[in-house]
Amino acid sequence: MSRTTLVEAPDEVTAAVPVVPLRQRPARRWRRVVSPVALVLGWELAARTGLLAAEKLPAPSDVLATGARLSRDGTLGIHLLDSLTRAGAGLLIGGLLALVLGTVAGLLRLGDDLVDPPVQMARMLPHLGLVPLLIIWVGIGESLKISLVALGAFFPIYFNTYAGIRDIDERLVEAARTCGLGQAARLRHVVLPGALPSLFLGLRLAIGAAWLSLVVGEQVNAQTGIGFLMMEAREFSQTDVVVLGLLVYALLGLISDSALRVLERRMLTWRRGLRAT
Amino acid sequence: MASRTAGHLNGAEPVLTAHAVRRAFGPTVVLAGVDLTIARGEVVALLGGSGSGKSTLLRILAGLDGEASGTSVVRGTAAVVFQEHRLLPWKRVAENVGLGLSGADGPGRIRRALAEVGLAERDRAWPAELSGGQAQRVAVARALVREPDLLLLDEPFGALDALTRLRMQILLRRLRAEHGFAALLVTHDVEEALLLADRILLLDDCRIAAELPVDLGPTRTPDDPAFGALRRHLLDRLGVPTT
Repeated sequence: MSRTTLVEAPDEVTAAVPVVPLRQRPARRWRRVVSPVALVLGWELAARTGLLAAEKLPAPSDVLATGARLSRDGTLGIHLLDSLTRAGAGLLIGGLLALVLGTVAGLLRLGDDLVDPPVQMARMLPHLGLVPLLIIWVGIGESLKISLVALGAFFPIYFNTYAGIRDIDERLVEAARTCGLGQAARLRHVVLPGALPSLFLGLRLAIGAAWLSLVVGEQVNAQTGIGFLMMEAREFSQTDVVVLGLLVYALLGLISDSALRVLERRMLTWRRGLRAT
Repeated sequence: MASRTAGHLNGAEPVLTAHAVRRAFGPTVVLAGVDLTIARGEVVALLGGSGSGKSTLLRILAGLDGEASGTSVVRGTAAVVFQEHRLLPWKRVAENVGLGLSGADGPGRIRRALAEVGLAERDRAWPAELSGGQAQRVAVARALVREPDLLLLDEPFGALDALTRLRMQILLRRLRAEHGFAALLVTHDVEEALLLADRILLLDDCRIAAELPVDLGPTRTPDDPAFGALRRHLLDRLGVPTT
């Protein structure tokens, strides 16, 4: 017995060497799935056995069933569309404004002196704390929700645009000058692509801030939207709908983030080369 | 600082004329009136210790320094190769070489320039995928593709390892024999200056302290006794003891 192991052991070792990293990676990936699945199963079990009261936390299968029901009768679709419209409009307004101001402050010394100080001061205000003031200014209608999202999206995009432009290697700009590139061409070939990774980071943070602002905004006198759906369900103690709303918010964040990652990978191919070496 | 570029070339006129170039950073004077001419097809090495202002002078001649005084005229076109390759990381090699290139047959010229530095196959690579020597060769191709009358080289091989540096020096000699461009080579490497230059200028104490023709012929080796004598002389002038 001991002799066979002695004879076989070296073979096993040499055969295993190239296989180990290939085999280990999927194994680790599966291991990371274990605890979330166990948690959901535990939750389901606790709800089914009555350990968790249904009005406190319904079973995940019930939440999914509610989701299916609300999708079929179109309720979920309507509210989702309204939430998405608000997020899109706010992101567009806040994002464009941030892009313009960030570019002006990043490129021009005068712009930096005039634009940056007020933005730095405003950054210190928690924008969700502005809700009472915003209600006085724009009322409790759609403009409140869109303003909140726009405010949330503005700061990350402004700061990352500004930093992205400021961090561009001056030596590259100089090299482009010696190649005969004028100001507009330098902006297009050096500044814009150089600031792009930073812009993507800003956009990702902005989308996160946009969803957060939406959650808060939709709890103020909304007649539609995922937030409204949740607030209404709370009044009737429909915990399953509340949990469903949370799930939808989480999925929206996940989907938008993954979509942006794919876009980023496509547009920043050159950085993959950078990482490979 | 009056800097201008004249389009046409007259055979007798020098490709570069600089007169009374001065530059100070605050109270510190770096260049106190430098005069310099480079004839067509002539390679001039600018030697000096670190901080002697040789790179500052090259930047002024390249038109990158707006705060210097004096005049500098380049008759024809100039291209610059820096110590770092300064390739745009977000453009592939061929796009980097063709940056700002105008005129007919761009792709063909880019291909030929890359072939000349031995990198015809890497035209689709990203700069980050190249070794230091390869990236610097792309930078040389980016300068060559503009068919410059004057090449401004700011310690172009200073960041490379010793073996790569030797290969780059041979490459530069070959390219110069083929294209006949004039060049100003800023370097602190005495041997490099002796291998490549027709004339050596010593920058010291904010001005050109010495001028030295290098009459070593087209094929030079450091083993040549005349080479060794010039090397000792230059090191002596730079304040480096040679014994």
